[in-house]
Amino acid sequence: MANEKRNSPVVRDPKERACDFKEVSIGFTESAAKAEAERCLNCKNAPCMKGCPVGVHIPNFISLFKSGDIVGAKRAILNDSSLPAICGRVCPQETQCESKCVRGVKGEPVAIGLLERFVADNAEVVMERKEPCGKKIAVAGSGPASLSCAGDLVKAGANVTVFEAFHKTGGVLVYGIPEFRLPKKLVEKEVEGLKKLGVNFVTDAVIGKTLSIGELLEEYDAVFIGTGAGLPMFMNIPGENLNGVFSANEYLTRVNLMKAYDKNSKTPVYRAKKAVVVGAGNVAMDASRTALRLGAEVSLVYRRSRAEMPARAEEIVHAEEEGVKLNLLCNPVRINGENGFVKSVTLIRMELGEPDASGRRSPVPVQGSEFDIECDAVIMALGTSPNPLVTRSFPEIQTGRKGVIATDECGRTNVKNLYAGGDAVTGAATVISAMGQGRKAASAILEDLGVL
Amino acid sequence: MFKILSKKKLNENTFEYEISAPLVAKKCKAGQFIILRVDDDGERVPFTVAGFDREKGSVTIIVQTVGEATYTLSLKKEGECIADFVGPLGNATDLSEFESVILVGGGIGSAVILPQAREIKSSGKKVTVVLGARNKDLIIHEEDFKRYSDNLIIMTDDGSYGEKGFVTHAVEKLLSAGGYDCVFAVGPLRMMKATCDVAKKFGVKSVVSMNSIMVDGTGMCGGCRLTVGGKTKYACVDGPEFFGDEVDFDEAINRSGIYRETEAEHYCRIKEEKKNG
Repeated sequence: MANEKRNSPVVRDPKERACDFKEVSIGFTESAAKAEAERCLNCKNAPCMKGCPVGVHIPNFISLFKSGDIVGAKRAILNDSSLPAICGRVCPQETQCESKCVRGVKGEPVAIGLLERFVADNAEVVMERKEPCGKKIAVAGSGPASLSCAGDLVKAGANVTVFEAFHKTGGVLVYGIPEFRLPKKLVEKEVEGLKKLGVNFVTDAVIGKTLSIGELLEEYDAVFIGTGAGLPMFMNIPGENLNGVFSANEYLTRVNLMKAYDKNSKTPVYRAKKAVVVGAGNVAMDASRTALRLGAEVSLVYRRSRAEMPARAEEIVHAEEEGVKLNLLCNPVRINGENGFVKSVTLIRMELGEPDASGRRSPVPVQGSEFDIECDAVIMALGTSPNPLVTRSFPEIQTGRKGVIATDECGRTNVKNLYAGGDAVTGAATVISAMGQGRKAASAILEDLGVL
Repeated sequence: MFKILSKKKLNENTFEYEISAPLVAKKCKAGQFIILRVDDDGERVPFTVAGFDREKGSVTIIVQTVGEATYTLSLKKEGECIADFVGPLGNATDLSEFESVILVGGGIGSAVILPQAREIKSSGKKVTVVLGARNKDLIIHEEDFKRYSDNLIIMTDDGSYGEKGFVTHAVEKLLSAGGYDCVFAVGPLRMMKATCDVAKKFGVKSVVSMNSIMVDGTGMCGGCRLTVGGKTKYACVDGPEFFGDEVDFDEAINRSGIYRETEAEHYCRIKEEKKNG
């Protein structure tokens, strides 16, 4: 049956796109979007919605789009999600909404993410703001959790100020996710939209340093902490401090935020000939594909097998198409240098043993199986541990496992009027989950302040 | 935007800038650092704070022209603005556990020990200051140091002022005479390493300020990591000051050179471009 297969988006040729930083997927054409929308069965019980961390009314927006009301469709998404153009691009839909789609039982699920992107990109919705409610709220950080929290608060009439440590707003959307996956002008547009609604953005303000949480609590009716994940993790293996070993955070920040891919950029980036990227999450894919675009041959090293790779399937496919080589079931044991710079990395083969606490089969080293691969850069994409700046400077705040900020399910911390969400609370997670938490915290704030 | 309230030329390629940054000035303490960007497309560069005036809302930094960013900054005039100025970052100096400290400033590092000298002096403790530079012209703030120290020793490589020799010679002499329990050294990595070696020889604690390469200054990039006491530490959130005998200086020296070639090339190009208008 024709309807078993989904419509394809326009994706740029791998050879061409691997040489520049322009967006890889162009998304649906109008006709493909319309045809894809027709595949939606408009299920009454909407199982797709259960897969969405923020509960976007998916059948509703698709129906409106089908009927020709693209603006109405975008409004329907915006009811639950504040950053649709961004989520349409970076959400792991295949494990969320699309994994629950009834179409997926016998064929391919409806391409909900691509439809969301199409609707978001092709309709303008002017957001409205309620009458001022007289509440003043500070938001620390300007990533997805903070932007969505600020958006909901300002729409409810609050006076909102967002503090960002960097010189540019957007958090991980700007410093972490590469241009070829999420054009920065989309993030700027979201920020501009919030500015128009009246959100005040203050850059160069490190909460915990420039301003303390205590000071913010004195000046504002409520404070939301969305400062994101923090310190990059390394493996603690010999040779990790050689020149040419980077955290993915540093590598990506230099390229994305500081635009080091441009030869005229004032910020230098290390241009490797052969790079090894360690890890298999989305950040590892971003780092691999970035190194590739800067001219390196790239090998990705992961200690488990392909089935366990946490990155989105689409990202893995895109990376491979562009020429990233996957070295599965091996793990670095040592980085070797020459004159202070990386020369090679020694890997050991791994095999999968018994399932661990997470249910995944844990990798076990195969004794005596070490081998070297030559490289001049090693990029560690192993996740992050919570940033200590906020918690160190405000010890009253309770922390949970591994030092993340502890909150109830609505983002309330143990301190009155202090809320938190996003990676600062969960540890490294997705844009959509951060956004969802930002919104939950916004409603808790409005409720607690008696605005709702 | 952050206004340059005043700009003073200290010597051929070193300027002192007083920048209007009320939020930073309000919190800032000796030993902390800031990150600035000169223009909207500029690199983020860290500088240790050389002074601050809370009432005026200003922070002072002393900058030697060594590369693209510092060169571009040197072209800015008093009254003009720079794009970004963020801080205070890192931890403040804490020398309170020591009774008698020798402050050692090598070259531009002298800028950083002045607030320390002032602080120790005001706490009523004795301060000995050793300043080192290649020649007489490169000695900065001599008058201020005279005021805020009990004993000021100046060393020049060429003997054009003070005594001829390195700061380590002076430190060695002082420690041989005894009476000190800490050497606080700020300056080029090799100078700090040599100074710490001397302190170690005499069983005296040393503290150094590490000005590593970094991007964000808040713990996110890990570029500033160094080995201290066998463990990886981040200069930005764990430092910038560490006990000198625990720092792996050879590794730090190696890491400081990672972008040397690209930066030298870039600096040459920018200078040419600016010259040609």
